[in-house]
Amino acid sequence: MAPAPPQSNRSPSPSQPSGKSEVSDLKLQLRQLAGSRAPGTDDSKRDLYKKVISNMTIGIDVSSLFGEMVMCSATSDIVLKKMCYLYVGNYAKVNPDLALLTINFLQRDCKDQDPMIRGLALRSLCSLRVANLVEYLVGPLGSGLKDNNSYVRTVAVIGVLKLYHISASTCIDADFPETLKHLMLNDQDTQVVANCLSALQEIWTLESTTSEEAARERETLHSKPIVYYLLNRIKEFSEWAQCLVMELVAKYIPSDNSEIFDIMNLLEDRLQHANGAVVLATTKVFLHLTLSMADVHQQVYERIKAPLLTQVSSGSPEQSYAILSHLHLLVMRAPYIFSLDYKHFYCQYNEPSYVKKLKLEMLTAVANESNTYEIVTELCEYAANVDIPIARESIRAVGKIALQQYDVNAIVDRLLQFLEMEKDYVTSEALVLVKDLLRKYPQWSQDCIAVVGNISSNNVQEPKAKAALIWMLGEYSQDMHDAPYVLESLVENWDEEHSAEVRLHLLTAVMKCFFKRPPETQKALGAALAAGLADFHQDVHDRALFYYRLLQYNVSVAESVVNPPKQAVSVFADTQSSEVKDRIFDEFNSLSVVYQKPSYMFTDKEHRGTFEFADELGNLSISAESGDSVVPVQRVEANDKDLLLSTTEKDDVRDTGSNGSAYNAPSYNGSAPSAASQPLADLAFSSTSMTSQAPASGLAIDDLLGLDFSVGTVTTPSPPPLTLNPKAVLDPGTFQQKWRQLPISLSEEYSLSPLAIASLTAPNALLRHMQGHSIQCIASGGQSPNFKFFFFAQKAEETSIYLVECIINTSSAKSQIKIKADDQSSSRAFSTLFQSALSKFGLP
Amino acid sequence: MISQFFVLSQRGDNIVFRDYRGEVQKGSAETFFRKVKFWKEDADGDAPPVFNVDGVNYFHVKVAGLLFVATTRINVSPSLVLELLHRTARVIKDYLGVLNEDSFRKNFVLVYELLDEVIDFGYVQTTSTEVLKSYVFNEPIVIESSQMPLGPASIFMQGTKRMPGTAITKSVVANEPGGRKRDEIFVDVIEKISLTFNSSGFILTSEIDGTIQMKSYLTGNPEIRLALNEDLSIGTSDYRGSGAVILDDCNFHESVHLDSFDIDRTLSLVPPDGEFPVMNYRITQAFKPPFRINALIEETGPLKAEVTIKVRAEFNSSINANTVLVRMPLPAFTARVNFELEPGAVGHTTDFKEANKKLEWGLKKVVGGSEHTLRAKLTFSQELHGNIMKEAGPLSMTFTIPMYNSSRLQVKYLQIAKKSKAHNPYRWVRYVTQANSYVARL
Repeated sequence: MAPAPPQSNRSPSPSQPSGKSEVSDLKLQLRQLAGSRAPGTDDSKRDLYKKVISNMTIGIDVSSLFGEMVMCSATSDIVLKKMCYLYVGNYAKVNPDLALLTINFLQRDCKDQDPMIRGLALRSLCSLRVANLVEYLVGPLGSGLKDNNSYVRTVAVIGVLKLYHISASTCIDADFPETLKHLMLNDQDTQVVANCLSALQEIWTLESTTSEEAARERETLHSKPIVYYLLNRIKEFSEWAQCLVMELVAKYIPSDNSEIFDIMNLLEDRLQHANGAVVLATTKVFLHLTLSMADVHQQVYERIKAPLLTQVSSGSPEQSYAILSHLHLLVMRAPYIFSLDYKHFYCQYNEPSYVKKLKLEMLTAVANESNTYEIVTELCEYAANVDIPIARESIRAVGKIALQQYDVNAIVDRLLQFLEMEKDYVTSEALVLVKDLLRKYPQWSQDCIAVVGNISSNNVQEPKAKAALIWMLGEYSQDMHDAPYVLESLVENWDEEHSAEVRLHLLTAVMKCFFKRPPETQKALGAALAAGLADFHQDVHDRALFYYRLLQYNVSVAESVVNPPKQAVSVFADTQSSEVKDRIFDEFNSLSVVYQKPSYMFTDKEHRGTFEFADELGNLSISAESGDSVVPVQRVEANDKDLLLSTTEKDDVRDTGSNGSAYNAPSYNGSAPSAASQPLADLAFSSTSMTSQAPASGLAIDDLLGLDFSVGTVTTPSPPPLTLNPKAVLDPGTFQQKWRQLPISLSEEYSLSPLAIASLTAPNALLRHMQGHSIQCIASGGQSPNFKFFFFAQKAEETSIYLVECIINTSSAKSQIKIKADDQSSSRAFSTLFQSALSKFGLP
Repeated sequence: MISQFFVLSQRGDNIVFRDYRGEVQKGSAETFFRKVKFWKEDADGDAPPVFNVDGVNYFHVKVAGLLFVATTRINVSPSLVLELLHRTARVIKDYLGVLNEDSFRKNFVLVYELLDEVIDFGYVQTTSTEVLKSYVFNEPIVIESSQMPLGPASIFMQGTKRMPGTAITKSVVANEPGGRKRDEIFVDVIEKISLTFNSSGFILTSEIDGTIQMKSYLTGNPEIRLALNEDLSIGTSDYRGSGAVILDDCNFHESVHLDSFDIDRTLSLVPPDGEFPVMNYRITQAFKPPFRINALIEETGPLKAEVTIKVRAEFNSSINANTVLVRMPLPAFTARVNFELEPGAVGHTTDFKEANKKLEWGLKKVVGGSEHTLRAKLTFSQELHGNIMKEAGPLSMTFTIPMYNSSRLQVKYLQIAKKSKAHNPYRWVRYVTQANSYVARL
């Protein structure tokens, strides 16, 4: 109900003409009843109050009745009192003067014999939200917190929080937070305890922005005595309060492993709770406590699987969606753990499409050698689905599985069958997939081209599909008999082609075809270049001009630019950076998981919640986006969700990202990270494009052309004078805490020498080696070919610490490094040091 | 922590609106409703239960045709808020007996009273109907439910005459017309089946999602014991002999004590007032499907095809299935359908939904062991390309089978700790099986 702005009685809201007469009618009747002591008065009052509140609910402004409502409130009828409190709570804020009238009777009620009345009055008193009345709150709140009735105390605790929001200084001056802390640790009633915890979290989080003491107080909430005290009473708490406590426990940093196991044993049976929120909160505790113990962490995944699946199938569709979103996150992190459970992710015909989409992604992720056949068979059933968006998603899922598998024989056949289904959307999706597939598996070209050749370009309307078909016509023009003629007819209809993306592809395809079959294509090329030069779209125009000048300059150079020998694409670019994924995982059991983005992307800073760390990452993502918007050519490519990058390009992107903003913010539509991190390169392109010789131009367009420029690797800066403390010490708890709090300042990938790989038979060898370089290991794990290490180092004669996560894959001879540092300015220098230490590993 | 709570009718009217923290702007209900209404047109499919508009997170659940909504600016646990919304709806239903727009409007003051006690300043205080009883003073105005009550209770009202219709729709606080409360307890074993037959009639996937639902009107809150099959196994590690019912997993309401569950499969609890699930379970063990479906589509001419659907009830002849409905999507160019029912068919309805090209076949009652066939002759407006099998189907089926459960999980006995010899409350143990997603592919 929306209390309208304050209005005097004489100027009723013009938008509610019908309510007006009714309101004045009610006013009259209330007046008549105000002083009456006749029997039955309460019943008539009840009826009138109901009418008033009903009007309030539907949005009619009844604030003009304030005086009369208060006059009528002198009653012992508790139902009447409650209605009156409800009314007063709604309108006091806009009627501060009249609100003063209510103070009197509310204060009196706060001393009533009946604890129920005391509680109700205190709650209403604190809900008035009128700043100049706070002086009247302190007294009743103080006695409310000491009340011998637990109901009154629970109300009083929340009352303190309400007071804090009206006037923080009054609340702090009255030393209420201290009182709450005492209550939290001593009260018999668990709801009082839970409310104290909620209130203190909110108060200290807000206070901590200005007061260091409050920040410390907030930290003590995660301290062992408090966490243990709450954990020992966990079963006395209501299910909701249990969630609250477990959220706190998830932030607790145990000092050793036995503590971790004690906590997990204590909470084990919470996984059998019927309330999904309790199960998820428990899951979060388990996952976060075991982060540093790889094998136990994996056991946790196994343990929580069944309870989460039960929650998905037993709850309402809404609850099951919330749980499924979390399961989705876990599946994405550890698909192999769920590979036997793939049938649980099959879609049911009556599920809403937001559930089906999640399930399709999960099916794609868990596909491996042993289950791919069944999964693809199932997905093909969905491709004929009446729900067209889902049918499309299913076809894409088949394509993704094909791109991540080694043996794609059967899948290619299925995809080709899609092309023969003669449904427009199926053909479109399948064309795009076949194109990507050919980029990865050129050996399939014979089979695919035979089928693709039968598709008439007239039947393909969607720009992405058309672009894919044109790409194939250009790329495989020597194998497709009528390629030059198809392209020619497309060029003839240049003006009718609305999509710039398609026209760009057409230009390139005609160029490629020209170098393969010059006599047949020459005419089409001339027409295409002419049309391109006259094109109103800047990028199409520029590309046509670029080709034109390139041909003019030297035909064989042009050929080497347009038709270089190609390598098959081997790496599928991930749509989300691992930093973002880790951050979402840190925020497990929150909206971040459902939205699939970290909280800084969708909450205002002031509303980040009780436990989140303040940071400036949000600003960075904005700058990356604005960079995107000034470069139009980038937008075209960013739209290409299935952007494939070769390994060299991927490294490149990564480096640009870490040199620049240090953080790859994914764009909202989930396109490739290059979209956010490439603007630097593109700016270079647009300034140099006309000279057409700078290698930088290649970087921006190579993807569209399918070129593979090897751009010079980023030069490593000369080692700065950074020395490390050889005897640095850090306990695991502090490490874990720091790791959570600090942002990633660098993320890189190094190659390892074969010698190093050979020496890395067990983690210990590397540990000793790194120790020799003053880099200490705090945790390590994994088995060949994947090893994971956490290192730390300390600057000599300083307290500044560096934290490193290092993942080494021995089969690809690559190591992925994430560095976090107290002093971020020196993290580049540290990275160099780390790399040089790592590169010496295995050398005699 | 939530900021606002409101309930909207299907048309988007505010039925109740409670602003707990004043952090979200006043027009949130309108913003929400517009977003949900236009979601289908703007994007695809239904609006998800959680979405964000201008920094405000909206959570909603649909119960009995009403939208229960919460808003917040904070990054909260979505499952906590969605669970809370459902629980709030259940508490309100416990009080009002019947949950619908009418009962809401008649009792909105009571609903406000409940909301004030359930949530304070956005923080959940209690959702226990039992606890709330001592804080809530409005008497519910119980409405006569002219239409079928919604929710799991409704499935017991159809066909079977075992129950008086009002039994499960009465309020936990309101007194019976005679001024006396009837001492009784309902235990419902509700199973939902998800099953997919492949084109050759083999079972591709199957799952039973079961709930033991309890609703207690017992005075004095006596302790009760509920015994399940002794050979019940949970998980594969806990195998109790062949022929046993094997649950993949299960969970329990917090009032349930499992002290002797591992030994003799008994649950003991003091049931709180109101409706709640005692236990949820999930079974993927193979079971006998209640229905076999055969469907065939054949081209019979250039613009013609014939569909044959056979449904066979595989359960005992003493049991009847209700409200059986078979749906099948037909090729997109289907213009006309002529149905041909078997001779002597009673209570069958057939329909061709032109808009979404779906065939619908309703069977009011299917007796166990019987078999029914439908033939449909299709006429197309255009010639079909490709494989007709890929243009039609899959076939889906919904049904309700009272007093039947596929899992064979049973409540062996229900013991109520008696206060006196004369005290003998009514006990109702009921079973029902429903289709969740029951699909046959062509």
